[in-house]
Amino acid sequence: MRYLLGLLVGLAILWLVLSGHYAPMFLAFGLGSCLFTVWLCHRLGSIDAEGVPVDLLPRLPGYMLWLLWQILKANVDVAARILRPGRHISPTMITLTAHQRTPLGQAVFANSVTLTPGTITVGLTDGQAEVHALSEAGSHDLDGGVIDQRVRALESRVRHLSSAGS
Amino acid sequence: MIWFINSLSWALLVVGAMTCVIGGFGMLRMPDFYTRTHAASIADTGGMLLIMFALMLQAGLTLITVKLVLIVLFLMITSPTASHALARAALHDDVKPRLNHDKRMGASGSANDRHDPS
Repeated sequence: MRYLLGLLVGLAILWLVLSGHYAPMFLAFGLGSCLFTVWLCHRLGSIDAEGVPVDLLPRLPGYMLWLLWQILKANVDVAARILRPGRHISPTMITLTAHQRTPLGQAVFANSVTLTPGTITVGLTDGQAEVHALSEAGSHDLDGGVIDQRVRALESRVRHLSSAGS
Repeated sequence: MIWFINSLSWALLVVGAMTCVIGGFGMLRMPDFYTRTHAASIADTGGMLLIMFALMLQAGLTLITVKLVLIVLFLMITSPTASHALARAALHDDVKPRLNHDKRMGASGSANDRHDPS
């Protein structure tokens, strides 16, 4: 129920922000389309802790700010490697263990790694992420597992999904 | 105050645009497909963020800023998904990455290592 309500509230906020029309007729259309979308998602069976990650919401802003800072640092690093004359890259493939408890957490981890310039997740099976890094130094940073720990903290109180591995 | 916000916004726009150009330059300079993806990711993270933040400063506290924040949020979800799909498709299609270090599980240590002088 909380996930259904969460989705409805989220959609309503999105509609209000994107529409900018607040006449009663438009509001009714908006409500109608939100309810229709919620019904469709319900039929798809996608209203659960994974489809509507409201449990992450309280800790998400802090994580986003930290990730933005990481992205900016990585941008400077990769830009420097591009601009400096000579070869300053050492492409590396590395296998990392994603320690998150839920598939959602592992997806957030893999996406965060990809979002940071200089590292790309090319595969994620059974909690093992295969990552291509532009430099060996970048792969060392990942090996330290800072992103991994942050994402674990992000999902620390997520309810267990039945499909959660190990 | 207004001139301060305007200059900050312009500075961010210029730096953001330069970041995109560096990304494009990197795409030309990098040796293989995967390293080029890294160069491209500069443009769609750093460049995108700087330009969007500059535009938010221009818009001030209005609905436009909220919409810009939404664009940033959606791009931060979709762009890594797209790069991941691209890289995975390349790997699936047997585009071999040119590696200096292979620390994959099951990789035979330095057997796959290759140092090219370029």
